[in-house]
Amino acid sequence: MAKVIVVTSGKGGVGKTTTSASVATGLAKRGYKTVVIDFDVGLRNLDLVMGCERRVVYDFVNVIHGEASLKQALIRDKRLANLDILPASQTRDKEALVKEGVERVLNELRKTHDYIVCDSPAGIETGAVMALYFADEAIVVTNPEVSSVRDSDRILGILSAKSKRALDGDEPIKEHLLITRYDPNRVSAGEMLSIDDIIELLGIPLAGVIPESTSVLQASNSGVPIIHDENSISGLAYQDLVERLLGEEIPIRFITPVKKGLFKRLFGT
Amino acid sequence: MNTVQSNSSAPSKLSPKEDRAPAAVLKGSVFTLPILKISRCELQEIEFDLTQSLAAALDFFNNAPLVIDLALTRDLEEQLDFPALKTLLAKHNLVPVGVQNGSAAQTAAARMAGFAVLTGQTIDKIIENSAHKSHVKETTPAASRQESSSVSAPPATVESTTQVIHQPIRSGQRVYARGGDLILLAAVNAGAEVIADGNIHIYAPLRGRALAGVTGDTEARIFCHCMDAELVAIAGSYRFFDNIPEEIRQKSVQIYLTGEQLNIKPLD
Repeated sequence: MAKVIVVTSGKGGVGKTTTSASVATGLAKRGYKTVVIDFDVGLRNLDLVMGCERRVVYDFVNVIHGEASLKQALIRDKRLANLDILPASQTRDKEALVKEGVERVLNELRKTHDYIVCDSPAGIETGAVMALYFADEAIVVTNPEVSSVRDSDRILGILSAKSKRALDGDEPIKEHLLITRYDPNRVSAGEMLSIDDIIELLGIPLAGVIPESTSVLQASNSGVPIIHDENSISGLAYQDLVERLLGEEIPIRFITPVKKGLFKRLFGT
Repeated sequence: MNTVQSNSSAPSKLSPKEDRAPAAVLKGSVFTLPILKISRCELQEIEFDLTQSLAAALDFFNNAPLVIDLALTRDLEEQLDFPALKTLLAKHNLVPVGVQNGSAAQTAAARMAGFAVLTGQTIDKIIENSAHKSHVKETTPAASRQESSSVSAPPATVESTTQVIHQPIRSGQRVYARGGDLILLAAVNAGAEVIADGNIHIYAPLRGRALAGVTGDTEARIFCHCMDAELVAIAGSYRFFDNIPEEIRQKSVQIYLTGEQLNIKPLD
């Protein structure tokens, strides 16, 4: 039974697209036939992070409007044969996401794929609501700062009030908390909210903590999802997240402060 | 690539068996609406009292659909001017949808003015005030946790109800217990609003706003397990917190009104 997972946050710039790319890649690496859909119509980014921006011909909106078949629009990942990308349209706006059309595309994908990862746009308007409407599970991406936590709280409210599962009275969407850009040193200095603070405020189970790392930006810029990078603690933390999504119980890593030596203090990391 | 299906047959030839989604479907549904009880026919008096109740309820009845109850005016000599009443309510951002409990003449006049006529509750049930709060109603999260502009309320046929909510109320959500108490077993987060005509009990942290007795009940109280509120109010007297004083911060407190004074006292 295919699962639809939405990656959402309310706030922009917290790491939704990075997370969508890595989670989809991680699930595909584990052997699941996976597709990742960019719901950010008008601000297409996922294709860049996945490194397939030069192969976009047709997009999600074309498929919704019947201007292209799903087969024509899906882009095969260049590294993994069982991973597909459905890019957003850059020239349209979010109103092009019609509920019936989105449902038809998702139902078609459910027949062929095990996991459908929906990369939500920021905000709480049409695009974000469409991305979460049909979800079975949600990864709520939060940075350790108050405004991000507040927006995540808002999006959790929308998940429990406006999603199809909520409106149909079905079993609620399974919610996972993902804390990204976590810097243990700044948390211990009291500059960032701690993991416990965030869990206490949001009240949903923690699925992962991605430590802040310069390798994430480098990976995004070069179009390789960070989960491929075995030398990056952020990449390893994303691998752990995927394991937990699949039901494994493994401890959270990379959350204790690292003491910098004199050399590093003088010359940075 | 782009397949446009043109259908040459006239719409009247479409039979229900044909493979098309219907453009219109009639369905039954139950709505709960606030009731405006009118006891006199002078529009000026009605407007004066209405303005006061609306002020006490903050902006809660903004654009609310409304049923006008005529039980207390049905035996009066004078007649209500329904078109003028409609204009008056519209001026206060209320949307009257129908009348109930009117005399035959009133009902006819209301119909003429474009009101629906509803078969409502019995007269003594209306006159009875909301002192009895025995009926407890468990609400499902989907029904009670609506987005900000909407209102959740118990059915009009039940005199008063208590709502019990088990899920957290999150930023941007608003819960209103109309005509009764509100009991919350999970947190009210920052940016959320919980509102009741009666008392509010919160057995979890209160980080958002809590407004009790919004229709003017000065005896209403707020009890909360962990005081971290942005704002609390009873019967329109409110206090917001930039900084919560140390003696009540994150403590169990009760909040009540003596005269105009809003008191916040630790429970232990």
